[in-house]
Amino acid sequence: MSHGAHAPSLVDRIDRIDRRWIFLAMFLAVAVPILWVGVTGRTFPETPTPAVQGAFDALESLPPGSKVAISMDFDPASAGELQPMATAIVRHCAMRGHSICAMTLWPAGGPIVDATLKDVLGGRPEYRYGENYVSLGFQAGNEGVMKQVNADMAAAFPTDARRTPLADLPVMKGIRRITDFDLLVSVSAGYPGAKEWVQFTVSATLTSGKPLRFVAGSTGVQTPQLIPYYPTQMAGILGAIKGAAEYEFLVNDAVRRADPAASIPARFQEAQRRMAPQLFGHVLMIALIILGNVVFFARRARGVQA
Amino acid sequence: MSALPPGAELDPAVVRRATRLWLVVLAIFGGLLVLRSVIGTELGTGDAARTVHGYGLVFVEPAGQGFAEVPASAWADAMAKDPAQDRITLSVPRTAGVWVAAILTLAVLSFLWRDNPAYKLAESIVVGVSAGYVMSVAVWDTLVPKLVGALAPGLTKAHLMPALDVSAPDWWALVPLALGFLLLCRLAERTSWLGTFPLAFVVGTFSGWKFVQYVESDLLAQVATMFDPLWVPGPTAAATVGGTLCAVLVLVGVLTVLAYFFFSLEHRGPLGGAARVGIWYLMITFGASFGFTVMGRIALLAARCEFLFDRWLWLIDPAGNH
Repeated sequence: MSHGAHAPSLVDRIDRIDRRWIFLAMFLAVAVPILWVGVTGRTFPETPTPAVQGAFDALESLPPGSKVAISMDFDPASAGELQPMATAIVRHCAMRGHSICAMTLWPAGGPIVDATLKDVLGGRPEYRYGENYVSLGFQAGNEGVMKQVNADMAAAFPTDARRTPLADLPVMKGIRRITDFDLLVSVSAGYPGAKEWVQFTVSATLTSGKPLRFVAGSTGVQTPQLIPYYPTQMAGILGAIKGAAEYEFLVNDAVRRADPAASIPARFQEAQRRMAPQLFGHVLMIALIILGNVVFFARRARGVQA
Repeated sequence: MSALPPGAELDPAVVRRATRLWLVVLAIFGGLLVLRSVIGTELGTGDAARTVHGYGLVFVEPAGQGFAEVPASAWADAMAKDPAQDRITLSVPRTAGVWVAAILTLAVLSFLWRDNPAYKLAESIVVGVSAGYVMSVAVWDTLVPKLVGALAPGLTKAHLMPALDVSAPDWWALVPLALGFLLLCRLAERTSWLGTFPLAFVVGTFSGWKFVQYVESDLLAQVATMFDPLWVPGPTAAATVGGTLCAVLVLVGVLTVLAYFFFSLEHRGPLGGAARVGIWYLMITFGASFGFTVMGRIALLAARCEFLFDRWLWLIDPAGNH
């Protein structure tokens, strides 16, 4: 399609390329590495960033049997990014022998909490429901719940997900308010999530006698909003799938150090598997951005209005 | 890439050529799917190995009060030992679930081609299912235990929620009930003014909450970190240099971005220079946000692709599902 007497130049043709070719290129950039990783079983090594190392150390430094609260505030739409994080954190807790209290403030998060606990703790007979871990399920109220758990856990969550009063659960013994936990973890996709946990729960404890240690895992979209809270208000952040892959690597590395012959189940390498498509997807994005700028400046040099 | 100039129209020949090309691309994908089915998948090991022409199948075995998913190879092994066995069987509902999920994924991705009925159908299903699920959760997790259960515990325990741990009525629940009814008054034009009272309650309460917490966590705590020493000693010289550089960059960033948003003086001289540096900080921040967003979107695409290749097409088996 020509707008002048001459045949369109290469720059013009690139400028008017059908956007669907870009979609196809992105699909191939993501799909081919997935197939490659799926067939070969190979993953890339990860070098943990300080924020992820901080999150790992926060859990690792707790004595065995510590009580960890995990709020999985996401739904299936974000599970591709956050499920590997939630799985790795619960697995790390189980490896260290911590008691786990899982909850969600998202209506669709209940089944995710149950599935995560079942997936990780299902094969561990030493973890018994109610004694070593519990699912408090979903609770409506957003920030209201976060404020309430500061004062009275049982007022916010009168029962667990199976309708058992908290007072009847051995795992909740000694837990009156959220600060009675040794660590709070939020894996969140947005509102309400990690930012609100910092604002309504964690910050209020910083100047008290017992500050609540906090770790966040979040989607890529949310991560830049959380970075200012690190390291004062958060011990660590898992940012997007990259953060999940680094955390997974640290947990798997700890397993191998403890038992060099141990094999890592594939379901515990989900985030690491996703790094190959990330690499090629990002290379394509960077190439397209450079190409777009080259075309822009080439057209501007010719005096063509964009 | 830029759009066509105003008034310009696409050349019909180019449109036809693009359509033909895309149909060829889609036909190649369709052909590969058929070929995949014909080739089949080898399940099981050793003498138990058998080729199954199909994919997206889910096998289950009894577990507790229900069924648990098992790898397809377990079914092949069980069939090799005893062809009449019925312990491990094909789960029709779960297989249908995998196929429905795969088809809906493709229907949503078809929007990249153009808006079409398959996409509209998938979009409507997502909206309908999400709304229905959230409503159901709201009724059974909030309204029944916290409102009906609080006002009529005996009735609720007898007919709705036997595990409800409430014995005496809590008449304070009448307050949210009344506010809820007032909110519903907004549906009628003559009574809509009554809905402003619960709205005022919600807005006022939330503003007070948010203001206090925001000042504490996003203002005071953040400002306090600005008074941290700029010299950050680390375990190594590189760590010390890196930590110190980061602290200086953060301080410069805060001051220059504040200078950019200071509009009481004209941005000239030192203030103008600082504001320009602040713009660079803002641009880098936006770039970092965009980069994180790209990472997030690629992660979601990768998750769907892995589902299609693993659970549906059985092209790969990273998690040992088949």
